[in-house]
Amino acid sequence: MIGFILSRVARAIITLLVTVTLVFVFIRFSGDPAAALAPPDAPQEVIEQYRRALGLDQPFWVQYTGYLGRLIQGDFGYSIHSGRPSLQIFLDRLPATLRLGGTALLISLVCGITLGAVAALNRGRPIDRGVMAFSVFAFAMPNFLFGLVVILVGSLAFQVYLGGQGASSTALGLIAPALTLGLASMGSYARFTRSSLLETINKPFMLAAEARGIPYKRRLIRHALPNAAIPLVTLVGLSLGSLIAGSVVTEQVFAWPGVGQLLVRSVATRDIATVQFLVLAIAATMITANLIVDLLYLVIDPRIRAK
Amino acid sequence: MTPTDLSPVLAVRDLTIALPPGADRAHAVTGIDLTIEPGQTLCLVGESGSGKSVVAQAIMGMLPPALPMTSGEIALQGTPNPPQRASAYHRLRGPKVAMVFQDAISSLDPIQRVGRQLEEILEVHGVPKSERRARVMDMLAAVLLPDPDRAYRSYPHEMSGGQAQRIVIAGALLLNPALLIADEPTTALDVTTQAEILELIEKLKVEFDTSVLFITHDFGVVADIADHVVVMKDGIAVESGTAPSVLQDPQHDYTKRLLAAAALAPARDQAADGAAIFQVRDLSLTYRRGLFFNRTEVPAVREVTLDLHKGQTLAVVGESGSGKSSLAKCLLRLQDTDGGQMIFKGRDITALQGAALRDFRSKVQVVLQDPFGALDPRFKTIDAIAEGPIIHGVPKAEARERALRMLELVGLTPQAADRYPQEFSGGQRQRICIARALVLEPEVLIADEAVSALDVSIQVQVLDLFTDLQDRLGFSMVFITHDLHVAAAISDNVLVMQHGRVVEQGPTAQIFANPRDPYTRALLQSAPGQKRGLVA
Repeated sequence: MIGFILSRVARAIITLLVTVTLVFVFIRFSGDPAAALAPPDAPQEVIEQYRRALGLDQPFWVQYTGYLGRLIQGDFGYSIHSGRPSLQIFLDRLPATLRLGGTALLISLVCGITLGAVAALNRGRPIDRGVMAFSVFAFAMPNFLFGLVVILVGSLAFQVYLGGQGASSTALGLIAPALTLGLASMGSYARFTRSSLLETINKPFMLAAEARGIPYKRRLIRHALPNAAIPLVTLVGLSLGSLIAGSVVTEQVFAWPGVGQLLVRSVATRDIATVQFLVLAIAATMITANLIVDLLYLVIDPRIRAK
Repeated sequence: MTPTDLSPVLAVRDLTIALPPGADRAHAVTGIDLTIEPGQTLCLVGESGSGKSVVAQAIMGMLPPALPMTSGEIALQGTPNPPQRASAYHRLRGPKVAMVFQDAISSLDPIQRVGRQLEEILEVHGVPKSERRARVMDMLAAVLLPDPDRAYRSYPHEMSGGQAQRIVIAGALLLNPALLIADEPTTALDVTTQAEILELIEKLKVEFDTSVLFITHDFGVVADIADHVVVMKDGIAVESGTAPSVLQDPQHDYTKRLLAAAALAPARDQAADGAAIFQVRDLSLTYRRGLFFNRTEVPAVREVTLDLHKGQTLAVVGESGSGKSSLAKCLLRLQDTDGGQMIFKGRDITALQGAALRDFRSKVQVVLQDPFGALDPRFKTIDAIAEGPIIHGVPKAEARERALRMLELVGLTPQAADRYPQEFSGGQRQRICIARALVLEPEVLIADEAVSALDVSIQVQVLDLFTDLQDRLGFSMVFITHDLHVAAAISDNVLVMQHGRVVEQGPTAQIFANPRDPYTRALLQSAPGQKRGLVA
C-alpha cells in the first residue's frame, strides 16, 4: 500500500515536471516574446533591451533552470499589462470558477447517477430508452450552443437575463451556466452508471444477498450502488478535464468572471506570463485530481489496498 | 401440535417450471417430487441443464419472472411457500431455508468486511445490535476457521476458496434454518479442500439440527453424504431412492453412467516402455513481477524431470497453484524457462528460435480447458482447423481436405464445417479443438484440463475420443488435470505435483494402488466416494 501511494505521488510529480517543461518550451518557441511585447513599430535596439530585461539573451538552459527556480520559490511571473503577480490575478478569479465548476460537478453527478440508476432499474422500458436518448443529447450538445439557447429561452420566455455581471450572484444565474457546463458529463455519468449498475446487479453476490434474506432496497443501496460506483470514480477524475475545458467556453458565453474568461482575455492580449501560469495551474489541477482519484481507490476498494 | 413437528422439512410436489418460448424444451423441470425428513440429506444429482439449480431457486422463492412455476407446491415444515418472489420470503430466507453457492468468494460483497456482511444477516432479521457480534464470532468458530477474529476483519478477496466457503456456510446457518440448500458448494475447490468442506457440512448438520439439500453432479460426493438421492436429466427426475439402493442397484442408464464416471479405477494397467520422445531434466520457471518497490518472485516450476514415452499418456496431477499449467507452457515453448533442459526426439529444444521453433510447434500441439474461449467466434469450423496446416505451408485446398477428414475422425458431421463455434455445445467444441490440434499430425499432444469444463457424461465421451485417436494415430499425450478420475481413466503414467515440485511419479496403476508420498496419499484419500466403497 505504501508502495502504491509512493508510486502514484512520484508519477504525479513527474507528470507535473514534464508539463512545466513543455509549457516553457512551447511558449519560448511560439514566437519571440520580446517582439510581441514591444510596440509594433519599436526599433531593434528597444527590442534588444526588452530581451535583456526579460533575460531572453541567456542560453536556453539558463533560462529554464532560472524559471524552475523561480517556480519553486513561488514566483510565477507578472502580468505584462497590469504588472500584478499572475498568481494574484488567478486567485482573484478562482472563487468564481470554483463556484461554477463545483456546482456543475454536483449537478452532473447527482442527476447523472440518478438518471443512470433509474434507467438500469427499468431496463428495456420506455423510461430507460428516454434516459439513454437524453444522455446522447447531453453528450453531443456543444456547450456554447446550449448556453446560448439557455440565455435565449431565459430572456425571451421568462424575461430573466442569465448572463453578465450581476447574474452570477443569483441562484438562477449560477444554475444556468452550471447546467450548461455539466450537461456533457451528466450524459456520460448516466450512461456509465447504468451499465455499471446493470453489471453489478447481475453479479453472484447480489443473488447471494437475496438468498440471505436481505430486502431489495437494502441490497440496492448497501451493496449494488457502492460496487457500481467504483469505476465511476475514474470517470469523474477523467471528466474533470472536459469540465475545465468547458469552463473556458461557458464562462465566455455567460460572461462569468472566472479563470476561463481570464485565460481567453490573456491569450487575446498576449499576456504571456499569465497564460503560462494559467496553463500550469490547469495542468496541476488535473494532475492533482487524478492523484486524488487514485488515492480515493485505496479508501473505497479494499482489493486495491491489498496490492 | 403445530404442523412443524410432524411434517417433513421440505416437501416439493409435482413441481413444473416453464421455460421461455424458443428454448430447447418447454419446461425447465417437470413433475418433480422431493421430500426431506428432519436431519436427512437429499442429494439432487444432475449435469448442467438438468434443472437442478432451478429447483433450488424455486424453493428459495427466487425464480426469475422468465421461469414461471406452472404447477406444483413447495412446503417448508408443513407450511406452503408464498408465491415466487413475494416479499414474505425475506422472513423465510435465513431462519427457515438458507443457500450456499458454488463460488463462495464471488457470493460475498467484495468491498465489505466479512464480519459486517454476516452481521447484516442478523440485522435484517431483527436481532438486536448487542447480540450480533457475539453470534457471528460463535458461528465463525463453529465452521472451524483457524482465526475467527481475523476472518471477521477480512475482505472476501483475502481468503482462499475453502475459507470463503466456510464463511458463506456460517452466514447460511446464522439463523439456524431448518433446511440448508448447497448448490455445488465444493465443485470449484481442490479435492483436499472439498473433503474438508463436506466433513464440515456433515458436522454442522448434526450440531444445528439442519436438513440438507445438496446439489451435485458427482456421485462420489453422493456416496459420502446422501441419505436419499434424486437423479435429474433434462428437467425430469429419472431415478430416486435411498442412497444405498441407488448406489448399489441403479436402474436408469443415466445413473449408471454417472456412477461409472465417479469410479476411481485406473483404466490402463500396462506401462510398456516405448522410447522416450520428450525428456525434461531439472526444468525450472520463476515468475518475476514489479520493479523496485514491490518486486516479487514466484517459483512456479522447480526442477521437474519427466520422460514422455512414444504412444503413451502421462497425467500431470496437482491442485490449483501446483505449477502444472506453467509446466505445460514450458513444454509448449510458450514460456521461456529459467533452468533445465528439454529434449524432444534427441534434440535440445530448450532455447530453439525462429524456423526451428516453428517446426517444433507443429509437432507439439495443445488442447485447452475452456472450449468456449479457445475458438475464434468469427472463424468457421473448417477455417479454424485448416488454419494451422496453411500456416505451416500446406496448400489451401489440401489443408481443407485434411480438416474435413479430421472433423470426421473426431465424430462430427461434414455439415459442421461451415458453422460457427457458437452453434456447438461445449463437448462438440472440444472435439473441434482436438481436431484443430491433431490436423497438424503432432507427435505430442498436451491437454491442459481439457475435459474439466465439461459435464461428467460428456467428459467420458471426450476421454474415450482421446484414447481412440491415440490408438489410431499413435501420438503421445501429456494430460494435465486436477481430477484424479480423469487421470485414472486416461493415463499410463502419472506425475503428482505440489508447490511446483514433482512429489511422485510412476505407472498410474501402481501409484493409485500404492502411493508412497504422503501428499499423493492425501490426494487419493480426499477423492469423494470412499465412505461407501464406491471407490476401491
